[in-house]
Amino acid sequence: MNQQSNIPPKLAQRLLQWFLKDELLEEVLGDLDEKFDLEKETYSLSKARRNYWYQVIKYIRPFAMRGSFNHPLKNLIMIKNYFKIGFRRLKRNKVYSALNIGGLSVGLAVVMLIGLWLFHELTFDDYHANHDKLARVMQHKTRDGIKITRRPLPFPVGRELREVYGDNFETVVMSSWTWGHVLGDEDKGVLKTGAFMESEAPQMLSLRMVAGDMNALTQQNSILLSRSSAQALFGGEDPIGKSIKIDNDWNVVIKGVYEDIPTSSSFNSLEFIAPWDLYVSNTEWVKASRNEWDNSSFTAFAQIKEGLTMEEVNERIRPAISAHTDQYEGWSDKNEVFLHAMNDWHLRNNWENGVQTGGAIQYVWLFGGIGVFVLILACINFMNLSTAQSLKRFREVGIRKAIGSVRKQLINQFLTESFLLVCLSFLVSLALVLLVLPQFGVLAGKQFEIPYQEPLLWLISLAVIVLTSLLAGLYPAFYLSGFQVVKALKGSIFHSNSSKYLRRGLVVVQFVISVALIIGTIAVRDQIQFTQSRPMGYNGDNLISVSMVSDDYRGKKEYLETQLKDARIIESMAMTSSPMTTLNSTVGGFEWESKDPNFHPHMATNWVSAEFGSTVGWNIFEGRDFSKELVTDSSSVVINQAAVTYMGLEHPVGQEFTLWVRNSYRTFKIIGVTRNIIRESPYSQVRPMVYFLDTEETELEYYLLKLNPELPSQEAIASTTQVFEQLAPNVPFDYQFVDDRYAQKFEAEVKVGKLSGVFAGLAIMISCLGLFGLASYMAEQRTKEIGIRKVLGASILTLWKLLSSEFILLIVLSCALAIPIAYYFINDWLANYEYRIDIPWYSFLLAIVGALVITLITVSFQSVKAALVNPVKSLRSE
Amino acid sequence: MKETRLGEFEEVLLLLVGILNEEAYAFKIAEEFKNQSGRNVSIGSVHSTLDRLKDKGFLTSEMGEPTAERGGRRKRIYSITAIGKRALEQSRDFKVNLWNQYPELALNKLKILGIK
Repeated sequence: MNQQSNIPPKLAQRLLQWFLKDELLEEVLGDLDEKFDLEKETYSLSKARRNYWYQVIKYIRPFAMRGSFNHPLKNLIMIKNYFKIGFRRLKRNKVYSALNIGGLSVGLAVVMLIGLWLFHELTFDDYHANHDKLARVMQHKTRDGIKITRRPLPFPVGRELREVYGDNFETVVMSSWTWGHVLGDEDKGVLKTGAFMESEAPQMLSLRMVAGDMNALTQQNSILLSRSSAQALFGGEDPIGKSIKIDNDWNVVIKGVYEDIPTSSSFNSLEFIAPWDLYVSNTEWVKASRNEWDNSSFTAFAQIKEGLTMEEVNERIRPAISAHTDQYEGWSDKNEVFLHAMNDWHLRNNWENGVQTGGAIQYVWLFGGIGVFVLILACINFMNLSTAQSLKRFREVGIRKAIGSVRKQLINQFLTESFLLVCLSFLVSLALVLLVLPQFGVLAGKQFEIPYQEPLLWLISLAVIVLTSLLAGLYPAFYLSGFQVVKALKGSIFHSNSSKYLRRGLVVVQFVISVALIIGTIAVRDQIQFTQSRPMGYNGDNLISVSMVSDDYRGKKEYLETQLKDARIIESMAMTSSPMTTLNSTVGGFEWESKDPNFHPHMATNWVSAEFGSTVGWNIFEGRDFSKELVTDSSSVVINQAAVTYMGLEHPVGQEFTLWVRNSYRTFKIIGVTRNIIRESPYSQVRPMVYFLDTEETELEYYLLKLNPELPSQEAIASTTQVFEQLAPNVPFDYQFVDDRYAQKFEAEVKVGKLSGVFAGLAIMISCLGLFGLASYMAEQRTKEIGIRKVLGASILTLWKLLSSEFILLIVLSCALAIPIAYYFINDWLANYEYRIDIPWYSFLLAIVGALVITLITVSFQSVKAALVNPVKSLRSE
Repeated sequence: MKETRLGEFEEVLLLLVGILNEEAYAFKIAEEFKNQSGRNVSIGSVHSTLDRLKDKGFLTSEMGEPTAERGGRRKRIYSITAIGKRALEQSRDFKVNLWNQYPELALNKLKILGIK
C-alpha cells in the first residue's frame, strides 16, 4: 500500500467534519487518530482504516451532531405536510396533474428507452473480459496517394508480430474468416458459422466453457463447439470425445463446449472454433501462402500487454508488413499495420484515407441528443404549467408568508410537489417502458432487457429523478417564494411580464426542437426511399443464391440444371465467385497500351459462368454478353461503366489488357460493357469492376438460381431443396433470396428512420400537451375580458383570433429558428453518403404547415370553448 | 431523583475516570474499558455517555495540553465531581446492602469482599 493511505481515510474525516459540532472536532479527531495508530500497530493498515470508518459512523449521535441535524421531528412534520399539501393539489387540479404527469412520463419513458439502447451500444463486446486490451490487426494501404483500410492480412504477419514485436503482445492469434461450414457425420449435418483459429483464441476471448478444455486446440484434430451447436448435433447427449467431420472432409474430435456468445458481441456468429493448423495443413493454397507477403487473405486478433495502450503499440508495429513488401519488385502499395481496438469495433469502424471517421457512434450521439431534448421538452412543459398555475397560488403564498413561513419552507413545499410529480411520472414511465419494450426491441432490431441487477441503472434513475425535479421545480419554487407578502395578498403581481416572456421563450424552444425533428425525419425517410429506388442494375426478383458449402455441390451444374429445369422449377442458373450482394476480391496489376505508367489501377473482379448475365438480367450497354458457344470467350471480359470511366477508355469494346492470373500473364479482351450493378453499399458509388468467364469452374463458389416466377416461391424452394438434398443428403440446404439480402443493406438506415419518426412524434405530442395546458390557462385568465368583449358585441371568430394569434406567432418564430438548425444537421448527415438527395425543401414547408395545424387544433379547442361561454356566467363569477 | 441514578455502563465509566485520573479522555477510557471488560466499545458511545454524565453533574472536563502524538490536538480530560463520587458510593453501598441480605452465599461473599 502506498504512503498516501497511511493516514486515516479522508472521506471518513470529511464526513465527520460535516456532521460533528465544531467544538467537539478537535478532541474527537485526536481520539480517532490515536485509535487509528493503535489499530495500525496491533493489526494492519486496512483494519485500522475500516475501524476508523466504524468509529466515525458510531459518532452519528444526537449529542455530537450540529444543530441543524438536531430537529428531525420538526422536519419530519414539515415534510409530511409538504407531501400532504402536494397530494391535495394534485387531486384538486386533475387536468393539470394529468397533463403534467402524462407529458413527463412520456418524456421519461423515451429517455429510458434511449438509455437502454445506449447502454446496449456502449457495452457492446463487454462480454469478453479483456475487451480493453483486445484488437483486430488491420492495415492501411496507400495506393496512388489514397489510403484504403482493409482487414485482410498476409499469412506471415502473425509470426512476424509474435517474433519481432512480441514485447507488445500477450497473445496474437491468426484466424480464418468466420464462414458457414457443415459439421456432422454421414447421417446428419448442420450448417454452422465458425472459424479456424490458433489455440490461444478461446482463452483470449475468455469464452465460458460448459464442458471440456478450452486449450484443446493445440491438437490438430480437435474442435470446440458452442452450446447450441452441440445441442443441434447431439441433442441432450454428452458431445465431449465424439468425432465429427468438417465439410464432410476433415475428421475432428469435440474437445470442449462453450456457452453461446451473445448477440451483443462481435463474435456472436462464432458457433465453432477449429484449429488453425488443421486449416493450414489441409488447404493447399493456404499452405502455399505461408511465406507470401503479397497475399492478404487472413485475419488476426491480438491482445496487447497490460500497461500498454493501443496507440503505443500501433506506433511500433506499423512497418510489420512493409518491412517485407518493400523488397518486392514492382510493389507500389505502402502498407501500415495497426490495431483496431475491440472497444471501437461496434461504433467506430469507418476510415477515410487512413483516419478513423466514426461509424455507428453517430447514432449514439444522435439518439443521446434526442433523449436529452425530449427530457428538456418534458421539463419545459412542467415549468410552463407550474408557473402558469402559480399565478393562482399567489394568495396562498401571501397567506403562508403572513403567518410566518420562511422562504426556505416555501421552496421546500414547491420542490416537494415537483418531486412528487416526478416520482409519479417515473412510476408511470416505468410501466410504459415495460409495456413497449418488446415493440421497441423489434423496431431497433435488438433484444432489450432491463438490467435490474446493474447498480448503474438505479443510480442513473435516481439522478434523473432528482435532476428532473430540480430542473422542473426550481424556477417555480424560487419565483413563487419570492413574492412580496403585501403584493401577493393584494394581487398586484397578477400580470408579471418576466414570467410571460419566459413561458413564451420556453414554448419557442419546444417547437424549435419539434419542428427540427420533423424536418430531420422527413429527410431521413426521403434519403432511404431515394436510395431504395436507385436502379440495382440487375433483377433480383426470384433469384436465390446457394453457397457451395459442401464439395458434393461442386461440378454438379449440368446435373442440377437438367433436374431443376426439367421440373420447371427454375428458369436459368449460373455460377459466380462472389454473391450478388458483396464483392470478395479486388485485384491490381492491370496493364494496357494507352495506360499512364504512374497509374496503378485496382478493380473489383468477379468470376462468373456464361449464363451469369442472363440469369441476373444485367443490361449490356455496349458490345455483347458472354457466349457459351465461343471458346475464345475464356479470355474475354465484360466490364461495368464505372470501369470504362476509371480506365479512361473511349472505345472499350475490343480493348485488350494483360493481368497476372493463376501463375501467368494473360491477355484479356473486353467484349462488352454492362450498366453499373450495385454489389456493395447502395449509398456509395459503384466501383470499377471486371467480370471474367471461368470455364474451368475453379473460382466459382455460389449457384444463382432464377426461380420460375409462375411457381409460388415456397413450392419452388421445397422442390429445389429436394434436388440439392439428393445430391448431398447430410448437408442442410441453405439459400438466400438475393433481394432480401439487398434489402438488408438498408436495415440500419431504416431503423434510424423509424426510431427518429417515433421520437419526433412523441416530441410533438409532449409539446402539444404543454401548449394545451398553457392555452387553457390563458383562456381562464381572460374569462372576464372575454365576457366583456362578448357583451360589447365581439363575434366568436374575433375572440378565437384574439386567443390564438399569440401562439401562431410563437410557432412561426420557432419555425424560423428551426429551419437553419435542421438544415445544418441534415447537411452534415447527408455528407456521409456518396449517393444522396438534395435537402428536401418541401420538408420545411411541410413541417411549418404541420406545426401550425397542430397548434391551431390544440389552441382552438380551448379558445373556442372560452369564446362560447355565456358572458352572464363568466361576469358573475365573483 | 431519576437523573442521579447510574446505569451499569455509566457506573463503569465513572469508575474508569477515577482510575485513569489525569489520563481520563474518551479514547483511553474506551481502551481501558475494553481491556478490563473484554467488551468492544466505540469511542463515540463512550463519548456520548461521558457527555451525559457531565450533564448530570457527575463529571467535569477541561481541555488538556496539546500533544504531538495526535497531530498537536488537545484532549478533553474528564474528572469526577463530588456529586459523582457520592453517586458511586451510594451505588456501591446499595449493592453491598443487597448482598448482605442475600441468603446462603452472603457470608462467603462478604469475606471475599473483605467487608466487616
